[in-house]
Amino acid sequence: MAKVIVVTSGKGGVGKTTTSASFASGLAMRGNKTVVIDFDVGLRNLDLIMGCERRVVFDIINVINGDAALSRALIKDKHCDNLFVLPASQTRDKDALSLEGVERIINELKETFDYIVCDSPAGIEHGAFSALYFADEALVVTNPEVSSVRDSDRILGILAAKSKRAVEGLDPVKEHLLVTRYNPSRVAAGEMLSVDDIQEILRIPLLGVIPESESVLQASNSGTPAIHIDKSDVAEAYKDMVARFMGDDVPMRFVAAEKVSLFKRLFGGH
Amino acid sequence: MPKETPAFKIKNANLPLFVLHAMTPDMTQFKLQLEAHLGQMPDFFASAPVVLGLAAIAESDTTPDFADLASFMRQRGMSIAGVLGGSMQQREAARNSGLGLFPDTPTRTTRKHAPAEPPPAIEPAAPVPEPPVTEPVPAPEPAPAKAAAVPPRHPTLVIDKPVRAGQRIHAEGGDLVVLAIVNAGAELIADGDIHVYAPLRGRALAGARGDTAARIFAQCMEAELVSIAGYFQVFEEGIPAALRGKPVQVVLEGERITLSALASVR
Repeated sequence: MAKVIVVTSGKGGVGKTTTSASFASGLAMRGNKTVVIDFDVGLRNLDLIMGCERRVVFDIINVINGDAALSRALIKDKHCDNLFVLPASQTRDKDALSLEGVERIINELKETFDYIVCDSPAGIEHGAFSALYFADEALVVTNPEVSSVRDSDRILGILAAKSKRAVEGLDPVKEHLLVTRYNPSRVAAGEMLSVDDIQEILRIPLLGVIPESESVLQASNSGTPAIHIDKSDVAEAYKDMVARFMGDDVPMRFVAAEKVSLFKRLFGGH
Repeated sequence: MPKETPAFKIKNANLPLFVLHAMTPDMTQFKLQLEAHLGQMPDFFASAPVVLGLAAIAESDTTPDFADLASFMRQRGMSIAGVLGGSMQQREAARNSGLGLFPDTPTRTTRKHAPAEPPPAIEPAAPVPEPPVTEPVPAPEPAPAKAAAVPPRHPTLVIDKPVRAGQRIHAEGGDLVVLAIVNAGAELIADGDIHVYAPLRGRALAGARGDTAARIFAQCMEAELVSIAGYFQVFEEGIPAALRGKPVQVVLEGERITLSALASVR
């Protein structure tokens, strides 16, 4: 059964698109037929990060409006045979994303793909809402700073109240926490929130921690998802995170050595 | 005559009502200032029934001439539905002038159990009928009247999922119990008490309809704001260190919000 996963955060600039690209690539590298959809209509970025911007002819709005068949809008990824990109429109705005249209596309994609990754725009308006509405699972991307954590909290509230699963009274959307731009030494210096601090507020299971790294910038400028940057800790962290998502038991790396207190906080109260 | 068609029915209603608090027992001065005030905004009360609050003059030996006061106010477009608070003599005099008696400020007992003193058989927010009448309206059978006066007890609202930034939970007419974390930017509102058996980091507003006896209980107090019956307290510098993160209860004492550690009483 195909799974729909939204990559969301509330706040902008925390690494949603970087994560969507690497997460979708990681799923595909493990043999899953995967499609990643850019919901950021009007500010399309995913195609740049995936390095396929010059191959965009039709986009999600064309498909919703019936101007193009879905198969014509899907772009095959240059790294993985199992991965396709459905780009956003650059010339329209988010109101063009009708829930009926999105549902039609997702249902059609479910027939072919194992995983449908929805890259949400920032904010809590219509674009973000249409990206999360059909989700079965959610990757909540958070930076170790208070405003990002609060916005993630807000998005979690919306997932719990307004997603299709919530509205129809089905099992709730499964939530995963992904902390990005994590710098253990700055955490130790008290300049950043620790993973413990973030979990103390958000209280959802931790799927992974992606370290702060120069290689992310290089990756996006070269149109290569960060997971493909060989021997970088970011690529390793994304691979770990995908493995955990697929059910493997992988120890958490790139985190300050505070495991004990983390579990104490998680299970031992305050 | 046909018994089948009921001539009236009794329903509980929560209607908005102004309370006109008398701040001085000197009714001449009271009328003078009220007159001047109404002169500035003549339509302010526009025949709306008001309740005369006597709490501030309850200690005074004087008893206002309620019949005179009622006619003074009626001439100016106001009608007194009844009095609130006051001394025994004052309330007795009000009753004799045909005014209704509202129980003293609503207390826990009136909210949760039958009131100790049966309230007068008068619809709380009904305009005062014609000139002062000694007999209250149709005089229904006492039993249903008494039942109608007890506000319905709404079941406690229990929330077992995190309450997150931007979410607002409102327990209308009753208590609110939250078993999961209440994060900064979330808001809890209850007409009764609020209990949080997890960290409380957002806002909590108990007694939202004016129940000054409502309380807030938090197992781990880190709230941004607490309020009881409209009186509120913000914590710009955080909760005082002695209480931060501790089990705390919040009560209203007079007009002051007080926080205290929840310790078991032996």
